[in-house]
Amino acid sequence: MINSYVPLSYYLLLSAFLFACGVLGFLIKRNIITIFMSIELMLNGVNLSFVAFAAHWHALAGQIFVFFVMVVAAAESAVGLAIIISVFRTRETLNVDQVNLLKL
Amino acid sequence: MHLALFLIFAAICVAGAVNLLAQRHPINSALSLIAVMAALAGEYLLLGAEFVAAIQVIVYAGAIMVLFVFVIMLLNAGEEEETKGSRVAIVLGVPGLLTGAVLTAWVVVRYSAGEPVALGALPGHPVEIAQLLFHDFLLPFEVTSVLILIAIMGAVVLASKPEATERKADR
Repeated sequence: MINSYVPLSYYLLLSAFLFACGVLGFLIKRNIITIFMSIELMLNGVNLSFVAFAAHWHALAGQIFVFFVMVVAAAESAVGLAIIISVFRTRETLNVDQVNLLKL
Repeated sequence: MHLALFLIFAAICVAGAVNLLAQRHPINSALSLIAVMAALAGEYLLLGAEFVAAIQVIVYAGAIMVLFVFVIMLLNAGEEEETKGSRVAIVLGVPGLLTGAVLTAWVVVRYSAGEPVALGALPGHPVEIAQLLFHDFLLPFEVTSVLILIAIMGAVVLASKPEATERKADR
């Protein structure tokens, strides 16, 4: 049981890395579906730090927050994918560079 | 043992996240995102959060990613096109990324090193979660049901064929 402890900072570093990967994908990706998946990756990174802190401080409310984040992510992805479908129907493209109707 | 498991799952997470960025085809990105989520479920189990691990697999890796894969197949999404990266992104992005990484690592290591997450006797039993969810957080829980209902209706309206909605509007 010597190695049965994992420092909290390891979990936070992993969480920060996942969040950074999500931000990076959001910025560099051109495909609207991949951008959407990057947002999900960011939410996953945040969830990991919620659970790590919940375990660290023995506060179960953190896990409830994760539950709510997942509910909102599910609702968001349903609406977002519907928007993607309707964008594809009108613009015939998934490339965000070509969806520039509001651009000055 | 826990540390070894943590490192294995963390390696899968990191590899999946990097692969998500590296792949050009959205279906490959989706599959690596599923790998990340499954490995995160393992991390949640290590943290003693069985309930969260279960809904991570069922809701995230199951429902949400199936939705993504369905949309990718429905829209027949191909490889994304190469675009020229802007010079501003490189000039500002690389130093910004380095600064951010160093700052994050410094803060995390400085302020939480040596405070281990005790494993084993952690809360996270579904009974306690249900007590919190249906007692202390009852109002937010009920509000999410309204949110889900609105999201379902919005998705149906947005994804339905334009002719179908026009015909309904004419009537």
